[in-house]
Amino acid sequence: MIIYLLCFALFLIGLYGMIVKRDLIKIILASGIMGYAVNLMIVLFGYRRGAVYPILEKGKEAAIMVDPLPQALVLTSIVIELGTTAMLVALAIRLFNKYKTFDITEIRRLRG
Amino acid sequence: MTLPIFIIIPLAAAFLISLVGRKKDFWGPLLAIAATVAVFVLSLITFFRLGTGIRVYEMGGWKLPYGIALVLDPFGAFMLIIVALISLTSLLFSVSYIRHLGSDWKYYALFMILVSGMNGVLITGDLFNLFVFTEIALFAAFGLVAYGGRAHEFEAAFKYAVMASVSSSLILLAIAVVYSATSTLTMAHISVAMAGVGPGLKIWIGALFLAGYGLKAAIMPFHAWLPDAHSSAPAPISSMLSGVLIKTLGVYVLVRIFYNILGAPQVFLTAFMILGTLSIVLGVILAIGQWDFKRLLAYSSISQVGYIFLGIGLNSTLGIAGALFHLLNHALFKSLLFYNAGALEMGLGTRDLRKMGNITRLLPITAHSSMAASLAISGIPPFNGFFSKLLIIIAAVQAHQPVYALLAVIGSLLTLATFMKVQRYGIRGENPVERLQSQPGWGMQAAMIILAVLCILTSLLIVPGIKESVLDPVVAAVMDKTGYAAAVLGGR
Repeated sequence: MIIYLLCFALFLIGLYGMIVKRDLIKIILASGIMGYAVNLMIVLFGYRRGAVYPILEKGKEAAIMVDPLPQALVLTSIVIELGTTAMLVALAIRLFNKYKTFDITEIRRLRG
Repeated sequence: MTLPIFIIIPLAAAFLISLVGRKKDFWGPLLAIAATVAVFVLSLITFFRLGTGIRVYEMGGWKLPYGIALVLDPFGAFMLIIVALISLTSLLFSVSYIRHLGSDWKYYALFMILVSGMNGVLITGDLFNLFVFTEIALFAAFGLVAYGGRAHEFEAAFKYAVMASVSSSLILLAIAVVYSATSTLTMAHISVAMAGVGPGLKIWIGALFLAGYGLKAAIMPFHAWLPDAHSSAPAPISSMLSGVLIKTLGVYVLVRIFYNILGAPQVFLTAFMILGTLSIVLGVILAIGQWDFKRLLAYSSISQVGYIFLGIGLNSTLGIAGALFHLLNHALFKSLLFYNAGALEMGLGTRDLRKMGNITRLLPITAHSSMAASLAISGIPPFNGFFSKLLIIIAAVQAHQPVYALLAVIGSLLTLATFMKVQRYGIRGENPVERLQSQPGWGMQAAMIILAVLCILTSLLIVPGIKESVLDPVVAAVMDKTGYAAAVLGGR
């Protein structure tokens, strides 16, 4: 149980960073932390203590195995996160070119 | 006819456009419009052939517990029609509008990816697949919001992308919890397995989904990104985002999850009603103070989506009918209003209502169609907005929720005031504008006329004979709740 709670704490750290931080790069990193926490959580849900990898080889007995589906999900989700991060970084670079700063308190043309 | 075609056609168009579109300019719009017309016709045919049935397609021939299924029920087919219709008019509008923003083919390719992402969300029967298609649609949306390449557009896109990444993490967490509780990702199987899940865990799952998809639907506490993103995008994209994206990624998915998977638990229905009413009132109060036309429209979207949530929360046939009818109507009139804003911005070079004037003479089609849309959104009788709001308010009264009904009426009156302001200061303003910077093209005018006519024609959906064949199967599909699972698993 404690391991899930730690994982959730990591998630909340990411969320905190995204809400509180004022720097574009730190916001992007916080979004990464949030993503890692979720991925870790998914892998943990598929984990079985003392289990083997889910491939049946010749001359090996069928034993308790880890759930392979969460691992497939995590692969997909990592790719999606890569895309999100790349998108955010690209936008941050363009924003830096326009405003010459990464501070979101100074990037405020939209209000109301 | 197989279901994947709704994803394949726009996706293939996107790839073809990026291959041939860069050589000759006309290929982009041509391919995009051809693909959208095809999807529109196919979705109409599918909707009427489907009737009250359900169609299941197993991808790659893998049987259901192992493979990924695509599922189309009347609710999904109804949404497919709305998406295709608004994409079609938006593309017509784009043909002459986007030219002044530069390189064409990237815009059309992204647009088609947006459409295929939304279609994918609507026809998938698998929770994780739903998440992937959501991301596909959102990626295209970020690119399109930033398309103009000006500073405030990047700012809006960044804000949108950050909010979307928070909501995606929440959704992924919710999916992980669902998977650990039920050991399956097929929505129909989850729906069956949910019966054995404890109430505490159900609340957790529901709360995570509500926060995740609520962020995408922009209901009131989660709305902060919407006014920026929707007002900074090019006009046809604003109409796609406000008209269909927040509905497919937000409303549709929430209804699917809370009605068809979780079986409409009362605590979340109450949450829908409270958040919906909050959005109705606060959204319109924020809208009425705006002078930027597109920002005003974006805030008004929050308020109108509130009506949909109120109708959904009532959990009665009439309430759902009102909510889904309002969903269609809002897609029509809000898209039309965003086209009007685009035409005005192109013609006058401003979005500020105080700087407009003389529009009835210079841009007659824009002026008249915006009048129709304003009347529709304010709920004036012959237009569609009146009937859907009436259904929702009657349903609220029938459900013994007079407070919500009263607040909905107040919201409607404030909407009327908001759009009287638009008409009085903007369209019929007194600024002596003498000539236009550029004339709207034929595509823009055609798009506005089509939607203005539809604003009146869709009122007919309330007429008894037509209501039974169009609206009722859709409502039945939602109200059937966990009957969805039985239909998917039995229809195999």
